[in-house]
Amino acid sequence: MTANAAGAAHVTIAAGDRPYRPVNAEVRAALEAGVKTVELSDVRGHRYIGCGLTCQGKIVIHGVPGNDLAMFMDGPEIEVLGNAQDAVGNTMNRGRVTIHGDAGDVLAHSMRGGTILVKGSVGYRAGIHMKSYKEKRPVVVIGGAAGDYLGEYMAGGLLIVLGLARERGLPISGIYTGTGMHGGAMILGEALDPRSLGREVGKADLTPEDLADLRRYVGQYVAAFGGNAEEILARPFVKYLPVSRRPYGQIYVY
Amino acid sequence: MRKWLVEPDFILTRDPDRCINCQVCVRQCANDVHVHDEEADLVQSDSEKCVGCHRCAALCPTQAISIEKASLEFRPNGNWTADRIRAVYKQAEGGGILLSGMGNDQTLPVLWDHMVLNASQVTNPSIDPLREPMELVTYLGRKPDRLELNRDANGKVSLATELAPQLRLETPIMFSAMSYGSISYNASFSLARAAQAAGTFANTGEGGLHKDFRPYAKNLIVQVASGRFGVDPDYLNVAAAVEIKIGQGAKPGIGGHLPAEKVDAQVSATRMIPERTDALSPAPHHDIYSIEDLRQLIYGIKEATQYTKPVCVKISAVHNVAAIASGAVRAGADIVAIDGFRGGTGAAPTVIRDNVGIPIELALAAVDARLRDEGIRHQASIVAAGSFRSSADVIKAIALGADAVYIGTAALVAMGCHLCQKCYTGKCNWGIATQDPMLTKRLNADVATRRLSNLLRGWSLEIKEMLGGMGINAIESLRGNREHLRGIALSDRDLNILGIKAAGE
Ligand code: SF4
Ligand code: SF4
Repeated sequence: MTANAAGAAHVTIAAGDRPYRPVNAEVRAALEAGVKTVELSDVRGHRYIGCGLTCQGKIVIHGVPGNDLAMFMDGPEIEVLGNAQDAVGNTMNRGRVTIHGDAGDVLAHSMRGGTILVKGSVGYRAGIHMKSYKEKRPVVVIGGAAGDYLGEYMAGGLLIVLGLARERGLPISGIYTGTGMHGGAMILGEALDPRSLGREVGKADLTPEDLADLRRYVGQYVAAFGGNAEEILARPFVKYLPVSRRPYGQIYVY
Repeated sequence: MRKWLVEPDFILTRDPDRCINCQVCVRQCANDVHVHDEEADLVQSDSEKCVGCHRCAALCPTQAISIEKASLEFRPNGNWTADRIRAVYKQAEGGGILLSGMGNDQTLPVLWDHMVLNASQVTNPSIDPLREPMELVTYLGRKPDRLELNRDANGKVSLATELAPQLRLETPIMFSAMSYGSISYNASFSLARAAQAAGTFANTGEGGLHKDFRPYAKNLIVQVASGRFGVDPDYLNVAAAVEIKIGQGAKPGIGGHLPAEKVDAQVSATRMIPERTDALSPAPHHDIYSIEDLRQLIYGIKEATQYTKPVCVKISAVHNVAAIASGAVRAGADIVAIDGFRGGTGAAPTVIRDNVGIPIELALAAVDARLRDEGIRHQASIVAAGSFRSSADVIKAIALGADAVYIGTAALVAMGCHLCQKCYTGKCNWGIATQDPMLTKRLNADVATRRLSNLLRGWSLEIKEMLGGMGINAIESLRGNREHLRGIALSDRDLNILGIKAAGE
């Protein structure tokens, strides 16, 4: 990027075979200079895109971003026109990530705020240790299925798995779903085999507020990726909640 | 209610001739040992609840209180010691994991006490630190492989090599990670202020950074632990350095658990979690299952802070500590902190605190030797932690290869801690390991800051004296200089690992 690009509404940065550090520095410089949209072309597994950014603006990624996309991110919006790798939204605080494909493991690890929408499926440990605080309530919407350990240690926020297009026979979420969960909620597009649930979670009915949330985020999903909201909302949604806020409170003697 | 078979640890006696019935002890004890019997108008005590923290005795205006170890002797037994018998009684009663606070209290050999320092005689004159400059300044961070210089047309030389970010310490002693939440506001505040006054650093621990401590952030190291409490870009950027907490000496391999009772409004805001919820730190970081993953987090933090701050990785001293430290350095750590098995904690399962991990003396020597052998010692600084009780322990650690040390327990003791080991109850009578407003106000932040500053000053002066005695005028010259140490009553194997000679050699 050149200096005269600053202040422009839109710049394109080619990632190509350059290391991630200069690429990310250019993205940061552009957005901090007030560029509205940075188009990142030819992304080949570059890590840390959007990491630690606190400004506004949007990054559109062509290609496959590497691990820790949107790590510590606190503001911007990222759109991935393809798949993403591991640890998307790691400890993310604010902003939005939209992935037009699948994502890898540990999606939304320790995420505290913002929204992640994934069109397809995700790997293991999605939503692990997600938390919420006051007005900060992270929301993750997964269109397909989730791997094992979905929502492990979850302490806050909302995880929605729609269970749309996925490989035949693949359950909507893998084994140990919600193990150690002690806050937040998971809403799944169909009931899970109880044997796949962690001991710390139980099934609950959707409240009117849950239905409003669901309508809102399914609306966002359809707006991003297409599809029919009413059809999706007609699925047999089930909510899973922690059975105790203090799963480990009773194991000590003084 | 009296627990069956659980006998008191201490016997408390009140001398009726001295007691003036002022009830200070009644108000001071959060464990409800002392009660005022209205009818008899007498203060009475229940020794069974006494934790031996001395708060009542220290404040009793007439020295009426004495506290002794309960002399309810079991038949002497070197195997089934009283502590072990009592632990079984407690667990048979409660059926859970026994908790402890502070560090390993077992009587295993303390190797610092088996090492002695050198001093100059005749051939290499000693230096008088009162009259001659004595340099304790220490820089922590990655050092370059080589220095390249530029010479301009006028022959002026300047540095061409770009240096990695460094922490400058006026004295090689920092305050180790103690989170706000496990310790009180005033205790945290005092550590931050004392660090700033002394030109060194305090570590916030994993509990986030209270907004009031931000003015001291230049002297604070913030932690990123598995719970990621309070971690956001601002937190990472405001501090002097960022430490990734992999392990803690008091509880290697396990996570943490701040009980909901301690998560009040302030702690909740600092950790960014809802009030009165448990703060669970998982045992591993769930984005770190390998050295490669560790590298990923290190560089994630470097990206988020634009490579302006050193990143430290704190590990506990375990069997393969040297290989792990080497991996951390290769993963990009600028500082490696090693926490030995005597390191303190707010709460740990006793069985882990007392049985897991290795002494810092051996771990430090092994790590320093390994990094030297591999030619990467300059790529990271080493900070040793895990019970430094005096300036002698500190200077011995530096001679063994540490760049600096972290002190935790010693700092708490400076603020008044009496090592009662009951930090996990949240009822610290000294106002340190508690969030109870009645207790926290007992710790005056100005007094505590002064006491911490005094401790750092005292130890620094002593280190200068010892250095001068060795004929050394800069701490840099002692670093890893094991010739200045000799071992006493150590096995050949111990001497070998420590890389020191026996006294007399
Ligand atoms: S503080 Fe001392 S003098 Fe006062 S009631 Fe207690 S024992 Fe008696
Ligand atoms: S901090 Fe308080 S509770 Fe913990 S050992 Fe010291 S005096 Fe006891």
